Amino acid sequence: MIQPLHLLGFLGQASPASSSGCTIAPGGFRVDGFCTDPGSLHIPVAYRSIIPVLVLTIGALVMLALSAVLPKRARPGLWPALTALVGAFSLAGAVWQWYDLGTAGAAQPTIGGQIFYDRFSVLFLILISIAVIFGALSADSYLRREGLDGIEAYILMLMSAIGAMLMAQSGSLIMLFLGLEIMSIALYVMAAYHRRRTQSGEAGLKYFILGSFSSALFLYGVALIYGATGSVEFGLIGNFLTGNVIANNGVLLGGMALVIVGLGFKVAAVPFHYWTPDVYQGSPTPFTGYMAAVAKAAGFAGLFRVLTQALGTQQANWRPIIWLMAVLTLGIGSVMAIAQKDLKRMMAYSSISQAGYVLVGLQAASATGTSGALFYLFTYIFVIVGTFAVIGLLQGRGEARSDLGVIRGLGRRQPLLAGVMLVFLLAQAGVPFTSGFLAKFYVIQAAVQRGQYWLAVIAMLAAAIAAFFYLRIALLMYSSDPAEPGPLPVDVPPADAGVLTLGLEPIASLDLETTLVIDPPSRGPVPVPLAVGAVLAVSAAFTIAAGVSSFAIDFAKQATTLF
Amino acid sequence: MGGDPLFAHGLSLAVWLILLGKVVAVFVIVLVSVLFMVMYERKAVAWLGVRYGPNRAGPNGWLQSLADGTKLLFKEAFTPRTADKWVYKLAPYLMLVPIMIAFSIVPMGGEITIAHHTTYVQLADPPWGILFLLMASGIAVYGVMLAGWASGSKYPLLGSVRASAQLISYEAVLGLTTATVVMVTGNASGFGDALHTHAIVAAQSGHLAFLHWNFIHTAFVSFILFTIAITAEMTRPPFDLVEAEEELSGGYNLEYSSIDFAWFYLAEYAALVTNSAILVTLWFGGPNGPTVFGHSIGPFWFAVKVLVVLYLYVWVRATLPRLRYDQLMDLGWKRLIPFALAWLMIVAGFQVTNNVSGSGFGHWLAQKAWGFVAIGAAIVLAVLFLRAVEVGGGASEVETAQQDRLAPDGREVARRGGTP
Amino acid sequence: MDWAVYLVGAAMILTGALGVILLRNPVHCALMLVFTMFGIFLEFINQGADFLAAVQIIVYAGAVVILFLFVIMFLGVDRKEAIGAERLRFQRPLAILLGLVALVEILALSRVDHWVSGAPAQSGALKGAGSNVAKLGQSLYTGYLLPFEMTAALLVIAVVAAVVMSRRHQPSAGEMSPAAQKELRESHQSALSASDPSLAGRLEAPSE
Repeated sequence: MIQPLHLLGFLGQASPASSSGCTIAPGGFRVDGFCTDPGSLHIPVAYRSIIPVLVLTIGALVMLALSAVLPKRARPGLWPALTALVGAFSLAGAVWQWYDLGTAGAAQPTIGGQIFYDRFSVLFLILISIAVIFGALSADSYLRREGLDGIEAYILMLMSAIGAMLMAQSGSLIMLFLGLEIMSIALYVMAAYHRRRTQSGEAGLKYFILGSFSSALFLYGVALIYGATGSVEFGLIGNFLTGNVIANNGVLLGGMALVIVGLGFKVAAVPFHYWTPDVYQGSPTPFTGYMAAVAKAAGFAGLFRVLTQALGTQQANWRPIIWLMAVLTLGIGSVMAIAQKDLKRMMAYSSISQAGYVLVGLQAASATGTSGALFYLFTYIFVIVGTFAVIGLLQGRGEARSDLGVIRGLGRRQPLLAGVMLVFLLAQAGVPFTSGFLAKFYVIQAAVQRGQYWLAVIAMLAAAIAAFFYLRIALLMYSSDPAEPGPLPVDVPPADAGVLTLGLEPIASLDLETTLVIDPPSRGPVPVPLAVGAVLAVSAAFTIAAGVSSFAIDFAKQATTLF
Repeated sequence: MGGDPLFAHGLSLAVWLILLGKVVAVFVIVLVSVLFMVMYERKAVAWLGVRYGPNRAGPNGWLQSLADGTKLLFKEAFTPRTADKWVYKLAPYLMLVPIMIAFSIVPMGGEITIAHHTTYVQLADPPWGILFLLMASGIAVYGVMLAGWASGSKYPLLGSVRASAQLISYEAVLGLTTATVVMVTGNASGFGDALHTHAIVAAQSGHLAFLHWNFIHTAFVSFILFTIAITAEMTRPPFDLVEAEEELSGGYNLEYSSIDFAWFYLAEYAALVTNSAILVTLWFGGPNGPTVFGHSIGPFWFAVKVLVVLYLYVWVRATLPRLRYDQLMDLGWKRLIPFALAWLMIVAGFQVTNNVSGSGFGHWLAQKAWGFVAIGAAIVLAVLFLRAVEVGGGASEVETAQQDRLAPDGREVARRGGTP
Repeated sequence: MDWAVYLVGAAMILTGALGVILLRNPVHCALMLVFTMFGIFLEFINQGADFLAAVQIIVYAGAVVILFLFVIMFLGVDRKEAIGAERLRFQRPLAILLGLVALVEILALSRVDHWVSGAPAQSGALKGAGSNVAKLGQSLYTGYLLPFEMTAALLVIAVVAAVVMSRRHQPSAGEMSPAAQKELRESHQSALSASDPSLAGRLEAPSE
């Protein structure tokens, strides 16, 4: 007696999911009872809702297969080109989704309630796709300069994007956690990717250990929320909390706090920011930009989903926490950045302080605040990827220098590059006619609308403090006094040095693995590869365009489907 | 099916007694069969080698293993000074226990009625039976690993590291091939029961039982892969690198003597018997066979099948030379696992039946379309895989050459790497 | 019956956990961890979670702890206490203090507050006929289909990440351009002669 199993029935006939004592709820949420009819093992899968994820997954797997069967010396530039192509397809898919959705109302869960298909998530899908394209294009020349070119970096990039997309779309805590892990594991390795620099290994290790710890806290929070509400799907949690008032909500609040900790780590909000300066400084520079853009966006998407969709009824409990985090993040990020001598480290603190503004938008818990935060995140990726791409160009082989001196006199040597960098710096400082001004304006406006004048004042003060160090870099670029470059930090692993002096195993010690080639940047203009140039041009153009026209904020407003 | 009918009416004293009796019975069966097996192997190997074999103790030498056991029992139990006492004493038991408990899920017959209580002729039929088997083989590693480590000397440690790597490597194949059996069983008897060993045996019965055996249902390949994997799991020849005398002077149990060594010896042959029984259960219909005058003689058929499988192992031992360690790992990771994965996909494909009405060859093709899709995908993946092994193999040769500190010859290397 | 099994399991879990932190020898600690796993196994069986019980042993006892043991054996850290070399002296007392505070907090919370909110599980309770394993499988392939599939992505990324981190990448000659090979050879040569003049000429270029 052979019975058909419709595990793979998506191309064949789909039997309706209801028979013999088992039902699947209309939302596709859950199964009651035990299905004796194997035909009911079929749930409707709305493939249109996961097009970008599918594109990236298939792209990554095809690239892995290709790398295994192609000869080792593949054409240079093949992998970044393919990655950018996959990213472009994913972008096209996300844009199609945007129009497919239209101006639909509330978010509808699909695929068993595990993900949401709404414009809020599509905005992030578009954002992440763009980050993949930019990341691949700006990483290529860096990796070739450092002798690190190979396919793995691009696979890691694509896979981390998959994780980030799942986080943005997640409709349940389980999906959110899976996305978080997929993204994080890839990012840990990307941070440690420059195996010959000890700082890179250190960055990877720190990120990994602290990151796994925060993931564990997050998971514990998930367990507590499940225990308190009986479900992991955001919609069901929200429904339960709307319909029931939990008298003893200790477990729920504990779970909420732990989830905020876990996601707060990913977005580098104070006081969960300690990893950020070390990791941003040690990671390969283009990856830092990618990481700052994608991890931050995905983390905030997750925070928005959990706090507004699942725990929307608990606003009175989480808004003060986010308020405090916003104030601390703004203050510490801005103040600490001033004291930094290293360009990448300074940008790390700057990115912390930028996260503070998004938190301001989040804690407003209103449509204005959300659209402001979305606008902030969307425009921020162009700025941050561009900034780190410029820094990566200037550093020289082996990331020889990243102190502030490296940028001195750039305005005279390469006015165009300096001009682009100036745009990014001004945008981060929040100067009018750049996207950064509008972004800060919208989130502060949201705070004012909720009557939180103090928060608005603090945010503006932080912006003023931050403007100081952005302008300092800008002035340095145009300073007419190109000073002598200081002594170079020579990065020889201690074990290696010992081996060299003792004269033992000399050949083994000289392999490429342990020898970091350090070549300080030349005094003249650095060459700007075409791909990086394109990234910079598009980013700068977008930063100005979003600052003078209203298309980007309209886009963000249409994506605000959570309220 | 809800498992053993013994528990249908609660736990009375009689049920407890029956349970106890079954436990003792399984224990005795395993121990006696080990005594038998040791002799069976020595005799058979001797016949295959045209020798006499042991022929002094008892009638025709059949009490030799009893004599050996007695001798071992009375020897001095020696513990090396560097040994970790507790773990050293614990390891032999960790070796034996998983094998014993694995035997408890083997069905040896149909049903039997004792004092109005009907029960299966098997100790336990948990609803997760096959997982129980995988669990037992998963923790069997501890005995080997800890015995080698706790001995506090080099050769046993090397032997145990070899052994644990081997066991872990071949476990994946074991799981993947067992999954095909579970799929076939689930399709035949409803997917709620697919893991019961009793259901697996029941699903293989029917008119002309031979044609219903999983051996046929999964088209031999799964069975062959499973047999190879489980031979490696037992560290039987030709996979007995663990105790390669020439290289390790004995392996992980080198330091053991007396009763402790006897446990290892016992465990080795108990594993042989248990795994043969499991092989029979999964692939050869367990106790299924022709009835005699309307009476089911399940245990007889079971014993016959197990004896045949046991002879197979002896035959292999007498015939095949031992593998080299790199050959072992290559076989496991580069041949068996990909093959088992592809075959799992193909079997899964053929378990899907599209609802196409009608009959005839064309309709059968349409109904089984997924199976052919799976075959096509498997062929594509195999081609890609072979190409990848070729490319990767070239690269690893280059690395080896560089590690040997040969001056790299660019042109030669480029040709091997597959560049035009 | 249930409570007896529960007590045995709980005792095993606690004994194992205490053993893990109190024993000195890392191998013994790992074994105690396995003991804890078996305690959890018992509790799962007691709750009717057969599949989780089996996976607990197959994955954790059968694979994860085995890897721990591999690392312990290969690194040879057995019999030596590495914790002595602490940089921060206040670390251990602080850890103990914080642990105690957390324990007291949990106990206090459970005294003053009801932990259970009364919410029924909404995602696949153990209802109706059929074995736990089959129900779990059904749940995985219906409501949790996407997370199940995406776990595959997680595993792929873990493999890629492990390969990246473990491989000592050395661009083989076949991957390098002839110019890069020459440059590398020359840099090796000069470094060699600089470190030890007698080694000069060891890296002769192969006859072209």
